[in-house]
Amino acid sequence: MVCDMYDVAIIGAGICGASAAYFLAQRKLKICVIEKENDVAMGTTKANSAIVHAGYDPKPGTLMARFNVRGAALIKELAAKLSVPYQQIGSLVLAFDDADLKLIHKLYERGVQNGVPGLQILSAEETLAKEPNLNPTVQGSLYAPTAGIVAPWELCIALCEVAAQNGCEFKLDSEVTAIENRQDHFVITTVNEKIEAKYIVNAAGVFADKICAMAGECDFTIHPSKGQYYLLDKNQGDLVRHVVFQCPTALGKGVLVSPTVEGNLIVGPNAELDNQRDDVATTRAGLDYVAATAAKTTTKINYRENVRNFSGLRAVSDKDDFIIGPAAFSPRFINVAGIKSPGLTAAPAIGEYVAELLENSGLKAEKKESYIDIRKHIVFNRLTAEEKKKLIKENPAYGNVICRCNTVTEGEILQALRSPLPPRTLDGVKRRAGTGMGRCQGGFCSPRVHEIISRELGIPFEAVELDRKGSRIVIRDMNKEDRNV
Amino acid sequence: MFEYDLAVIGGGPAGLAAALSAYENGIQKIVILERDVELGGILNQCIHNGFGLHRFGEELTGPEYAQRFIDRLKDTAITVMLGTMVLELTSDKTITCVNKTEGLFTISAKAVILAMGCRERNRGPIGMPGDRGSGIFSAGCAQRYINIDGYMVGSRVVILGSGDIGLIMARRMTLEGAKVLAVAEIMPHSNGLNRNIVQCLNDFGIPLYLSHTVTEVVGRSRLEKVVISQVDSNFKPIPGTEKEFECDTLLLSVGLIPENELSRKAGVPIDPRTNGAVVYDDMQTETDGIFACGNVLHVHDLVDFVSAESEKAGRNAAEYIKNGCKPTDKTGAVVIQNGNGVSYTVPQKAVLSRVEKGLEIFFRVRQKSEKSVIEVKNNDRVIAAFKRDFLAPGEMEKITIPKKLLEGCEGTITVSVGGAK
Repeated sequence: MVCDMYDVAIIGAGICGASAAYFLAQRKLKICVIEKENDVAMGTTKANSAIVHAGYDPKPGTLMARFNVRGAALIKELAAKLSVPYQQIGSLVLAFDDADLKLIHKLYERGVQNGVPGLQILSAEETLAKEPNLNPTVQGSLYAPTAGIVAPWELCIALCEVAAQNGCEFKLDSEVTAIENRQDHFVITTVNEKIEAKYIVNAAGVFADKICAMAGECDFTIHPSKGQYYLLDKNQGDLVRHVVFQCPTALGKGVLVSPTVEGNLIVGPNAELDNQRDDVATTRAGLDYVAATAAKTTTKINYRENVRNFSGLRAVSDKDDFIIGPAAFSPRFINVAGIKSPGLTAAPAIGEYVAELLENSGLKAEKKESYIDIRKHIVFNRLTAEEKKKLIKENPAYGNVICRCNTVTEGEILQALRSPLPPRTLDGVKRRAGTGMGRCQGGFCSPRVHEIISRELGIPFEAVELDRKGSRIVIRDMNKEDRNV
Repeated sequence: MFEYDLAVIGGGPAGLAAALSAYENGIQKIVILERDVELGGILNQCIHNGFGLHRFGEELTGPEYAQRFIDRLKDTAITVMLGTMVLELTSDKTITCVNKTEGLFTISAKAVILAMGCRERNRGPIGMPGDRGSGIFSAGCAQRYINIDGYMVGSRVVILGSGDIGLIMARRMTLEGAKVLAVAEIMPHSNGLNRNIVQCLNDFGIPLYLSHTVTEVVGRSRLEKVVISQVDSNFKPIPGTEKEFECDTLLLSVGLIPENELSRKAGVPIDPRTNGAVVYDDMQTETDGIFACGNVLHVHDLVDFVSAESEKAGRNAAEYIKNGCKPTDKTGAVVIQNGNGVSYTVPQKAVLSRVEKGLEIFFRVRQKSEKSVIEVKNNDRVIAAFKRDFLAPGEMEKITIPKKLLEGCEGTITVSVGGAK
């Protein structure tokens, strides 16, 4: 039994669980990540604003402030090391009246206290010079040069892949149903097996309170807040060049307008409090609110160029701050809960801190000498002409364009399917290779990606799923039917 | 670097007809660049009949229609590059392509014909809210799964949009054993051909809900339910008119968009009415030596007209090359506008001095009407009128204005529907 004992079981393969796995895998520890979905990055991580916040927003002294500023610096480092798209494009918080102007000055001061570098208050003219497409009634703005944009699911996947390369086990499709707290370890029951682990990191996102309550008494509750978005075609992507916020309210940072690392334009989110934990449907009312609110920032968004709407759940808790630390019932159960905005930005710093916390709780382990801290990831579209030529010569699959909207080649799809954590679904390939993410939304490439997944992984064509469990795309193989009846 | 007289981008019906026509008009060095692994374009998945009635006087399937053109290539010196994706086109007619055998390479051409076709509008541009599970397909994507790959996509089906692909798929799904519960159309009329309404819906008892749209999509993993609602004259859903359908499949047939990303990058001016290039009577765009035809120029209902239009483009591209690629004299070109009741015209401009027998204008009307008159004005003067028994937005119209009626015309020519009832 003891030899099967994990040192640490991380529950949840979102950005927080992935960051914890990444840092823990650097040590000589036996670790696993337990995830209820069929892929990593399946919850809040894949449906958010994709922003790296500078850190002027959280109250000084909070965990949110601390990990935001550290996280923003870490993401920059990690993105470069792990080939994750990231651009430090800076952000603006717009002021439209005197109250807003007061607020941006307050944010400026907060930012300085939090240690955010380079903050500036801009006049209306300076703001419009940076962003000519903004509503001309803008009175000024707070400029934060360290803010940026990132591909959140790619960051999560990259962290997981590196952890996996270094021995971390991933148990997907493994919903946790019970946790038993024994004297010196836990027994975790999943739908598939029983897992023993000395320590647990609870990074279960909107389900973190449920998971915590399985192991002992939980002193917090999660109240998911739904946010809905528009994602517009690349021809709208240069409407703004920075992440453009309006002034924050009690509900959050409000509706933003920003380019994405793929070159699209993202607009959203709204905030719908106390949402169901499994409801990520968009609604007419929610989307209309987003569009109407964004019109204050700019009236130039052409919604006919919308390629996709989506919504995600923020893991808002009943506490004001992130909940990070040992549970009251056990120093060996570390909660990483209530990770609302700026959670994505903070996640790597949270992961780093979780490793420290575990050490403080008695989990001492040396660093591995041979930690593979690199991820090679080819994106055909970003290569120079010479690099493309060389690549196709070496591997002709890179000369076969499958996704025409985003110029994604068969080579990149195979790269994803042969990665340390290969996806098994169309959307899993999409999140790694970018297929079907363009303006035709997979209308042309879906059947072709589908065929490659089936061929490469040996899954029957009709068993390939779109995304989560139960999302088969076709229902029947007509090739096997007798057509002469 | 490869050099050709003419590069045709796209090997569907438009590209095939254009290349063949240019060849027959004396151009030898022609290349067809096709991203798919075979020629024929979307016709390959259109296995129903009805193609070629105008052109061949018989009812062919899509692949049969395409094959008639593909067969003619054998007797030519036209080069075909399959599996070849064009990544970039510049206004000086340099084309950057990629494929598995040549890798990344460029082609320099004296003239280029844009024949890239169109793509389906999907859920995004119509802003359809709800869950995002599987079972929601654009109609053409489902058609490919069924007709090319041989996999059935669902058993209980709702279709949004009554364009031709949606209608054809209603019948196709029914024939493969699915139950098509409803076809919802936001407009008060169908945008499909009348013959398709009769043969694909009425003959199978499939209900068509006009002035209806999808207002809710339920099913986080696979689609479970679709709600449709009636819309008012501003296309806003009317509360209380909801109808629920338990289904596992929703097909979207909500319009086609010419794929002009390459054209835009090359600086070719685009007409916002058609989403295709602005062209002259010779099918040449505003960019010298770049021609356009087929669904990349404007969305057609009948492939027969695509072929005819593309042959015109091929013939004129051949003339352009044979004349030494001299910039076309566009002085005195008239602008062709849509007037009352007309949504667009192709071409958008014409040099009347070179018109031989008459000026052909293709256009679409905005609404259904009977016993109508199509009126053509030069500035404020009526120069021609054409009677039509029946007009509908789903059926592209064509008029030919005889050369002698065009004498002395300058400025603008306006096409409008008069006498609509």
